[in-house]
Amino acid sequence: MATQIGKSQKRREDARLITGSATYTDDIQLTGMLYAMVLRSPWAHARVLSVDTARARTSPGVVAVYTGSDVAAQVNPVPCAWMVPNCDLKVPAHPPLAVDTVRYLGDGVALVVADSRQAARDALDLIDVEYDPLDAVVEPELATRAGAPQLHADVDSNVAFTWTVAGGDADAAFAAAPHAVNLRIVHQRLLPSSIEARAAVATFNAGSGQLTLWVTSQNPHICRFLCSLMLKLPEHHIRVVAPEIGGAFGSKIATYADEALVCFAAMQLRRPVKWTEDRSENYKITTHGRDHVQYVEMCGNADGTITGLRARVFAGLGAYASTAAPGIPTILHGLMYSGPYMIPNIKGVIKGVYTTTTPVDAYRGAGRPEATFMLERLVNTFAQKIGMDPVEVRRKNLIPADRFPYTVATGLTYDSGNYAGALDKAMSMFDYPAFRAEQAAALREKRYIGVGVTTYNEICGLGPSAVAGAVGFGGGLYESAVVRVFPTGMVRVYIGAKPHGQGEETTFSQLVAEEFGIPFENVEIVHGDTETTPQGWGTYGSRTTAVSGSAVKVAATRVMAKAKKIAAHLLGAGESDVEWRDAKFVVRGSPEKAMGFAEVALMANVAWNMPAGVEPGLEATAFFDPPNFVYPFGTHVCTVEVDVETGVVKILRYIAVDDCGPQINPMIVEGQIHGGVAQGIGEALQEMAVYDDDGQLLTGTMMDYAVPRAAQLPRIETAHTVTPTDVNPLGVKGIGEAGTIAAVPSVVSAVLDALAPLGVTHIDKPLTPSRVWTAIRAAQGGAA
Amino acid sequence: MLAPITLTVNGTPRAVLVEPRALLVHVLRDQLGLTGTHIGCDTSQCGACTVLVDGRAVKSCAMLAVQANGCAVTTIEQLGANGLHPLQKAFKEKHGLQCGFCTPGMILTALDLLGQKPDPTEEEIRHGLQGNLCRCTGYQNIVDAVCVAAIEMRAPASGAAT
Repeated sequence: MATQIGKSQKRREDARLITGSATYTDDIQLTGMLYAMVLRSPWAHARVLSVDTARARTSPGVVAVYTGSDVAAQVNPVPCAWMVPNCDLKVPAHPPLAVDTVRYLGDGVALVVADSRQAARDALDLIDVEYDPLDAVVEPELATRAGAPQLHADVDSNVAFTWTVAGGDADAAFAAAPHAVNLRIVHQRLLPSSIEARAAVATFNAGSGQLTLWVTSQNPHICRFLCSLMLKLPEHHIRVVAPEIGGAFGSKIATYADEALVCFAAMQLRRPVKWTEDRSENYKITTHGRDHVQYVEMCGNADGTITGLRARVFAGLGAYASTAAPGIPTILHGLMYSGPYMIPNIKGVIKGVYTTTTPVDAYRGAGRPEATFMLERLVNTFAQKIGMDPVEVRRKNLIPADRFPYTVATGLTYDSGNYAGALDKAMSMFDYPAFRAEQAAALREKRYIGVGVTTYNEICGLGPSAVAGAVGFGGGLYESAVVRVFPTGMVRVYIGAKPHGQGEETTFSQLVAEEFGIPFENVEIVHGDTETTPQGWGTYGSRTTAVSGSAVKVAATRVMAKAKKIAAHLLGAGESDVEWRDAKFVVRGSPEKAMGFAEVALMANVAWNMPAGVEPGLEATAFFDPPNFVYPFGTHVCTVEVDVETGVVKILRYIAVDDCGPQINPMIVEGQIHGGVAQGIGEALQEMAVYDDDGQLLTGTMMDYAVPRAAQLPRIETAHTVTPTDVNPLGVKGIGEAGTIAAVPSVVSAVLDALAPLGVTHIDKPLTPSRVWTAIRAAQGGAA
Repeated sequence: MLAPITLTVNGTPRAVLVEPRALLVHVLRDQLGLTGTHIGCDTSQCGACTVLVDGRAVKSCAMLAVQANGCAVTTIEQLGANGLHPLQKAFKEKHGLQCGFCTPGMILTALDLLGQKPDPTEEEIRHGLQGNLCRCTGYQNIVDAVCVAAIEMRAPASGAAT
């Protein structure tokens, strides 16, 4: 049988998705089901003086209306599950519905349950709420200033935490360095914009006390755990099912108030209840991403050696600390300040800040794009300062391949890498000197083209559970798998992770088919249902193949070890005389004595003739806890042309060279890069969530928030280098977020390179035509 | 007050009582159980709800059900009913989907596009899909899938329905 590994196997998932037969959460219909809707605050910040539900209660079709105090009596606050230690983190209670104060536009005020969506919607308009508006503050740096509106009584200056990272002596390095540069970088707030919004369906059996929740979640086991805390229900009485998920990008990691409300209503009313977000609700209440204001500096020598980096960061958290929020601008961001470079002296001070906005949590890259962008902009600015080519500065500072494992100043130990190898490969695809010549020629015709080169690495494959515990993550970060072989030799694999578009039903089937020497079609991967799957921690942080895939691999290896024992017994040979060859157990020297996997599966399951001391059945469970994170890396190159009359940026070429170790399914890897780059281009050029000063979200629909469309994106040229990791048995790293992490600086650097002859040195992203045009005019000394 | 309407849905005549304010997508999903048509944005921006009404792609979240009275409606469920359509095959072959949520609308939009332009350029495909958002793929493989399907649909031997 041809090897399955490295094969672009077409996806198992697609058959149901292309025929409309997949079941997403909102597709679920249960007998007697009711519909819930939440009345949401139209104010960003206000006291709630009264909530009068009398008229709504008598509206046709309405079954129940609950206020914040009704819910608070029964449901605990929404927990934060990443309590970052060694800082002064303060997490104010987040009630599922506001009781006396609303703190962001969309904060829930009342819950209506009715026998149809329409009836619930109509009743929302009949609830009378009296608000006393308070001042809003939407920008994290401003929120820390004296006189800024205070969100929470016990959080001074709205600062949730001040967290520091330090290695070497950054202040001494800056004092000694001949050259230093600094930048103020704004990472605008982004809306994850999965095309499926969030939804939940709950049903409660009062007799058995069992609650079942179908929910749009990237991590159903975490959701079960947190729902048990919120609902005060024993965890083993809760079943959480994450069915088909229509994209997430981090926004379906958090366990939200909404799922608790739906469960609460189902338990109160003893009927199934469904809740589905509409898009404007999604944009108002589903977690946002990024929202940093950074003051950053880099210093170094005239020969291009970088000697130090300092950062002061204001990271917006929104009104409350969402599930993973505190860990993102700290552990997943500050610890990555060295990037792929040798920077001996680093100091970062990061303040997490509450503002009267939607909570901010993971969005594709989650902390690493904010680090990589800052580093890449600093490297380019430093290169310009010392008059050296930015690619040469990178070459000078990249960690050499022979130095791995390499411990950086922030304390992380990178597993493996060949950073210069990826840069070389990218440069072999892109003729850099030729482009520089073309650029000079274009400039003579007053055409502005530019190139951005990004050398990146990132931290993913989260991670060792002991580290998770040490950094305050409220769970483990291992994964588990059950590989179960049926009598006919068919296999089902139950995993704790929750793929939602990444194709692991296919890649993991490839792994198992390879291991067992059976056809790909004979393997099914089961995920998303806490009733059937073993404990897992979810799909995020580019971890599923590295961690969950490794659990599958280990479990499959255990199955094979047992199968070999049984085969040897049945073949009448000693185990050491049996070898696995051409998808058969064969007795050495007697090729006629052989058994395939399916034959052993049958004999193991009927157990008519087992070796002494061997249990019946053919099944294994594995828990895989990686000894370290993995650090994928690569080089992206983007070229652009800027129309200086209109400010419009056109991407000419986009080259992505990524190294995620060995690829199980190259087609899927490439798809992940395409999608990641697309989101990065969106961040670089057009996406931005905008609040006005009163905390009103001006980009509240897809008419206003610019998700990239087909004609706005370029063709992406992909290539790879392969540097395995030794932290897992597959040698694989992660690839889900790399494209986004690398694309944002690549595009922005290319635009700034194009406009350098005009004196433009900085433009805040997204580089919309108006911002580009304004920057050109300002640099030219004219009024904008 | 419910309004009676008749629709031919995927070839079958259906009589339904609908609220006058009901959108076509809600009737398809909630009353007729055709959940392959998805809702993504409510403002006719994302195209996840695209169906064919009398053969042309329509965003069913932007059409009242009563406006579709007397019309023939085709949803994704019909497309695969007698073997996969070339577009469905091509989306799988070219990895033109990840989470799959936009896919039904994307395929039906592409079907209308290829009806208008059987041999489109890449640029025409990209512009033809402007009304449909995909957040997963970056569109490259979707564009490639539409190109591949167009070739198969133009081939004389193609038995493609619709």
